[in-house]
Amino acid sequence: MEQQLKDILHQVKLLASDVKSLQDIEQLRVKFLGKKGELTVVLRGMGALSKEERPIIGKLANEVRTDIERLIKHANDELVSIEKGIKLKKEKLDVTMPGQTYEIGKKHPLTLVIEEVENVFLGLGYQIAEGPEVELVKYNFEALNIHEGHPARDEQDTFYIKPDVVLRTQTSPVQIRVMENKKPPIKIICPGRVYRSDAVDATHSPVFHQIEGLVVDKGITMGDLRGTLEVFAKSMFGEDTNIRFRPHHFPFTEPSAEVDVSCWNCNGEGCKVCKGEGWVEILGAGMVHPKVLKNCGIDPEIYSGFAFGLGVERTAMGRFGIDDLRLLYENDVRFLKQF
Amino acid sequence: MKVPISWLADYVKIEGNIKDYSDMMTMSGSKVEGYEKPFHEITNVVTGKITEITSHPDADKLVITKVDVKTDLLQVVTGAKNISIGDIIPIALHNSTLPNGVVITKGKLRGVESNGMMCSIAELNLTKNDFPLASEDGIFILPKDTKLGVDIKEILGLDDTVVEFEITSNRPDCLSIIGLARESAVTIGKKFELPNISLLEKGKGTAKDYINVTIEDYELCKRYTGKVITDVIIKQSPLWMRKRLRDAGVRPINNIVDITNYVMLEYGQPMHAFDLNYLKEKNIVIRRAKENEIIHTLDDQKRILNTQNLVIADGDKAIAVAGVMGGANSEVNNDTTKILFESANFDGVSVRLTAKQLGLRTESSARFEKGLDPYNANKALLRACELVEKLDAGKVVPGIIDCYKELPAKKIVPFRPKKMNEFLGTSIKEQTMIDILTSLDFEVDKGKMEIAIPTFRSDVEAWADISEEVVRFYGYNNIKASLQSGNRATQGIKTYEQRIRDTIRESMLAMGLMEIYTYSFTSRKVFDKLLLKDDSKLRETVVITNPLGEDFSIMRTTTIPEMLQVISHNYNRRIAKASFFETSNTYHPIKNEKLPLEKNILTMGLYGDYNFYSIKGIIEKLADTLGITDVRFVADSNNPSYHPGRCAQIKVNEDVIGTIGEIHPDVADNFEVPKRSYIGELDIEKLYKLTSVLKSYKGLPKYPEVDRDLAMVVDESVLAYDIEQVIKSNGGDLLQNVTLFDVYRGEQVGENKKSMAYALSFRANDRTLTDEEVNKAVKEILSKLDSEIGAILR
Ligand SMILES: [Zn+2]
Repeated sequence: MEQQLKDILHQVKLLASDVKSLQDIEQLRVKFLGKKGELTVVLRGMGALSKEERPIIGKLANEVRTDIERLIKHANDELVSIEKGIKLKKEKLDVTMPGQTYEIGKKHPLTLVIEEVENVFLGLGYQIAEGPEVELVKYNFEALNIHEGHPARDEQDTFYIKPDVVLRTQTSPVQIRVMENKKPPIKIICPGRVYRSDAVDATHSPVFHQIEGLVVDKGITMGDLRGTLEVFAKSMFGEDTNIRFRPHHFPFTEPSAEVDVSCWNCNGEGCKVCKGEGWVEILGAGMVHPKVLKNCGIDPEIYSGFAFGLGVERTAMGRFGIDDLRLLYENDVRFLKQF
Repeated sequence: MKVPISWLADYVKIEGNIKDYSDMMTMSGSKVEGYEKPFHEITNVVTGKITEITSHPDADKLVITKVDVKTDLLQVVTGAKNISIGDIIPIALHNSTLPNGVVITKGKLRGVESNGMMCSIAELNLTKNDFPLASEDGIFILPKDTKLGVDIKEILGLDDTVVEFEITSNRPDCLSIIGLARESAVTIGKKFELPNISLLEKGKGTAKDYINVTIEDYELCKRYTGKVITDVIIKQSPLWMRKRLRDAGVRPINNIVDITNYVMLEYGQPMHAFDLNYLKEKNIVIRRAKENEIIHTLDDQKRILNTQNLVIADGDKAIAVAGVMGGANSEVNNDTTKILFESANFDGVSVRLTAKQLGLRTESSARFEKGLDPYNANKALLRACELVEKLDAGKVVPGIIDCYKELPAKKIVPFRPKKMNEFLGTSIKEQTMIDILTSLDFEVDKGKMEIAIPTFRSDVEAWADISEEVVRFYGYNNIKASLQSGNRATQGIKTYEQRIRDTIRESMLAMGLMEIYTYSFTSRKVFDKLLLKDDSKLRETVVITNPLGEDFSIMRTTTIPEMLQVISHNYNRRIAKASFFETSNTYHPIKNEKLPLEKNILTMGLYGDYNFYSIKGIIEKLADTLGITDVRFVADSNNPSYHPGRCAQIKVNEDVIGTIGEIHPDVADNFEVPKRSYIGELDIEKLYKLTSVLKSYKGLPKYPEVDRDLAMVVDESVLAYDIEQVIKSNGGDLLQNVTLFDVYRGEQVGENKKSMAYALSFRANDRTLTDEEVNKAVKEILSKLDSEIGAILR
């Protein structure tokens, strides 16, 4: 009987290694383990065994059954995995064929620049202030120390609605409105649309955008202005960026400066972007003129402040290498998709 | 301001290379735009004397000459007519260069060797203004005493470097050689002092014997100074003066006019010369013009004046528009023998307005309008007289005419070094400040701690301005960077409204719309193109009084035209399909208010392979994102710009927050956009109030939904909205969702009918629903659909 069991196991081993399909496996199972299967038949003869032999053969029979089950499962697993492999092979795709297209909108390059600047200053604790585009002369000029007779007020530069109402020529009037209504500390940036009487060409537009910043508090220094603009320049143009102040004149700041950053394209070596200078002018800045503070009801003996401004169009053109400002307002899809 | 370096060198010596000097000047506040040697293209051109002229054997029009250039005797063939033996001429040698890239080499002319070319003034890029006695088209014959073999640039003074400065509007004192010399001296660490002027004054009598001057309006004329010159001989001014004027961009005319221009450039004080022989009354009055008073100005134009203009009159007759231009009736000409030099101080605003009114902006008015120093007037006048004597142009009469009521005293302000350092974030020593200020002609009184501001610096008023004076020479870039240490913290956050706008933009982008930026002004013509009625509110506009043109003459009241222009632009470039959005303002006048209402509008535009439901879906998804429920779309057939059957007002409660629809086919034609273009407009400010950004979580359902589909046939005129309303209002608490999933028209449903299929889902929060419960609810819905809108279940 022991020999019979060993023969069965041997037989199963042979057959299991040769199964071709899931049916073969089922047949194998029925043939040996089924109700009339060979193992079952052998086990039924156990009754004829002696008391001593029974436990030994019984144990052996169980081991054989376990082995057979294991063999069948193994054969089954192998077969399933082969069939899976075949199926996967059949499903092979040409991965070089184009992907399905999804339409996604793109932010306008001017928005990209505005948001980038906003994010730098939000991180520094600034708020974003807004104001009207059609503005009183009082706010656009007078409060900013630009008096009657100043060339900036000329009709050649400014669009007039009425003698005392203009299309704002800068976002600075927003600063005045904030200072009139809020006690220091004031830390704001004012992005917005501004207007100047320039005919449309590759570098001019009667409509353009500015972002101005204003900080007013006790003990604000020109060193703080420099520090702030350094942080800004590094955030916008990279950690290695340097800045340079050049004396200039703005009616609403004193001292005033034009601010250059080291050329992001050539790192100051001189190239087309910086016209060989190694520096690119990006900002106007200065300490808020004491008269401007006074105009807004802030005592310049107690408080001081700084202000700065940059042209969004010019920054976008420099940043993205756009050579014609008109592209920004033409809105050709082939242009917009590039950002 | 163009500055020849040689002129500047009369007052301060500039050493080292010009680039370093330019950089230093830029960094101390006098921005250098550029510099050049205007005649750097001329090389290897020297003076030579013609010693022999013989005829050419093979050409009638040519001659063979011998030219002595000191080191050599050259054979030169020329076709020139105006030369004779003994003439000294400029000769371009072998391998010489001339302006505009011309290169001269030796060669043969009709078989005869020629070793150079004789030059005309034109070939040297000069004009008769520079050299009035030169031949217009012949060879340039130089004076008999000219040295031979010398570089022509040296002879003609063409070797100067000219630096161009950009002068900011607050520094009229720097619109002069003297002003820039002062700045240069402080910048490069040298001393600057204005030289004293002494005159011989060989003229007879005294100035008052020749002319009487009265100022009637001291408000517009603070000071009037004058000197008389007799025995004037009008001739060309010397080469050095013509050269400097030309390099500075001023056309030389004659000695007297050149002197007035020279002094204007040098001192920054405009001057004028009157021919005294033409002043009949000898009585100069500075007064406001009479209404409609007429003057013929130097440029031969008839000018009509009014009482806002200031004139210089001789008795009753105007002889100059003060500070702007002289009159033709007293102009210096070749017969002039006696002149009055005027050096006056006119009010800046008045000169500016007069120049603007007459459309006549001159070098003189440009300086006056910035506000000049009255103390400079007499200095400039004396300098002009000095030049008269130097040029031997006439005899200066002793005595000066000097009229004024009161001259402004020097402003005295406190000297506050501590405040200045605190303000700048520096620790500049007090003595350093004093040194810088003193070199700029400020007077510092250390005892009183006061500063006297020089009268030519009307831009400086208080400690902030004085800080700038100090720091621009201390070095802007020597200020150490700091970051408001120890200051009060502020919140860096966007406002609620700003965040809503961000969400709107993100939603638009996610739905594939491209962001655009368009101009805020437009033309009135667009209202007709939009088919707006004559009484449309949108025709009430904010008007620009000085627009760039009709197309940019009003502020827009609707954003549709610009959106359509963008669609048209892209459509015309064969882009088959696109969708856009813009967030921007429209502008609407308000009665009795100075400033208009500025409405923030979201505009959407779609064309190519879209339909009405595309734009509607965008609005629905946006509303959903913003948490706005109860958005309704109400058919609007009265909006003239839209297709009458394909337009809807967007309503929340009873408030209209926007419009969507297909553009009217005629409007589409007017703007050259495809017929099936879709536009949406949404009032962003109205969204602020409706939006609920604070979302609150609702528990996920614990029990399953039961779904039922209903297909019904209704009349064509029945609106989907009405069906939905009936279903929703009769579905009870269990009804969760109603979705239209199919609309069918055809024979099976009959004419003027449509079949509408809805998917309904039911659910209870506390139990699994039974079929009976759902059936009961459906039955109720069906019965109301039948009774209220005559729907028949299919
Ligand atoms: Zn570069």
